[in-house]
Amino acid sequence: MPTSGGNEKENMKIAILGTGCPKCRQMAEVVRKAVEKSGMDAAISKVEDIREIMKFKVMATPALAIDDEVKISGRVPTVEEVTSLLVP
Amino acid sequence: MAWGLVYQRLSPFAKWATYSLFPLSPGTHLTSALEFFLYEAPKVLMLLTLVVFVVGVVRSFFTPERARGFLAGKKEFAGNGMAALLGTVTPFCSCSAVPLFIGFVTAGVPLGVTFSFLISAPMVNEVALVLLYGLFGWKIAAIYLGMGLAIAIGSGWAIGRMGMERYVEEWVFANAEAGSGVIPEEQKMTWEMRLRLGLDAVRDIVGKVWPYLLAGIAAGAAIHGYVPENFMASVMGADAWWSVPLAVLLGIPLYSNAAGIIPIVQALLGKGAALGTALAFMMSVIGLSLPEMVILRKVLKMRLIATFAGVVGMGILIVGWLFNLVM
Repeated sequence: MPTSGGNEKENMKIAILGTGCPKCRQMAEVVRKAVEKSGMDAAISKVEDIREIMKFKVMATPALAIDDEVKISGRVPTVEEVTSLLVP
Repeated sequence: MAWGLVYQRLSPFAKWATYSLFPLSPGTHLTSALEFFLYEAPKVLMLLTLVVFVVGVVRSFFTPERARGFLAGKKEFAGNGMAALLGTVTPFCSCSAVPLFIGFVTAGVPLGVTFSFLISAPMVNEVALVLLYGLFGWKIAAIYLGMGLAIAIGSGWAIGRMGMERYVEEWVFANAEAGSGVIPEEQKMTWEMRLRLGLDAVRDIVGKVWPYLLAGIAAGAAIHGYVPENFMASVMGADAWWSVPLAVLLGIPLYSNAAGIIPIVQALLGKGAALGTALAFMMSVIGLSLPEMVILRKVLKMRLIATFAGVVGMGILIVGWLFNLVM
């Protein structure tokens, strides 16, 4: 992941991709907890429009993209897993 | 191991519980209904838990990307068969239908083969099969599996033959690299993660399904205890040819998961509906759902959606009729 200037707390862009199914909401909740835990300054956004979702080139939702890079697709991760993705 | 031991002890337990915990004498309807319930309820629940767990772990080895890799450029028929089988084991929820459809079609999976996948994925699933096995026996579960795959293969093949590619929305083909943004997950998953996915599936599915399941078994117990056996084969039976189309039509606007529909199937059978009619109803409810069609409208033009519903509906109809005829 390209990090700019070594500042790890740089504003991360986290996108949750999903059209609003129960699993997408679960994923949003998990990600919210993980961000809270890590104390990071991250902007979480929900991408619900299917055409916007397709720009991430995924084939299954819910999906999680960090700084426009898809990390998880088609399943709900654990808080620990997301935390480890946030703090590499 | 512990699972197997408990499972084997269920029948004596049900007998013991029926006769020692309740002041009932053997041989009455109430007694036999109660014993049926006390035996079947834990049995089916345990079976469901085990199967959902195993399937959850197995599914961690399959991803839509992998399924697409198998299916891209496959010929008709063999491709339809493979798609129907992959549809049963690849993790899929109907909210993922659109990205999956785009990923398949843009990678060169033929339209008909894609439909075989989309038809079998919701219809042929482990919950439906376990419940049918637990409540009606392995023959009916096997029949459902066979019917479901046949409909997915046949309908997908028919849609492919019709050459309806022009009824796919144009914007779909602008996503030429759909699915390429994802690192194949099966390569970086640990066993711990796979087992966790199995447990997640159990919590998710069994947690949601158990009330329906108990309702279904209670309905079964009532029939078991009270309704004479030859009652099944009468009124709404195989002779009424219109019962199958009626069941299919009724099933389309109704939307439910496999577990929700089982109590209704129980009741239908209890009221004497023929097996083909009851299974056709179940397939129509699970396999043909309005919400899924609304979701698919984003990538398919009305004409193709109508064809899809029509072809699958016909498939269910034919199978239901054939089944009533043979039985």
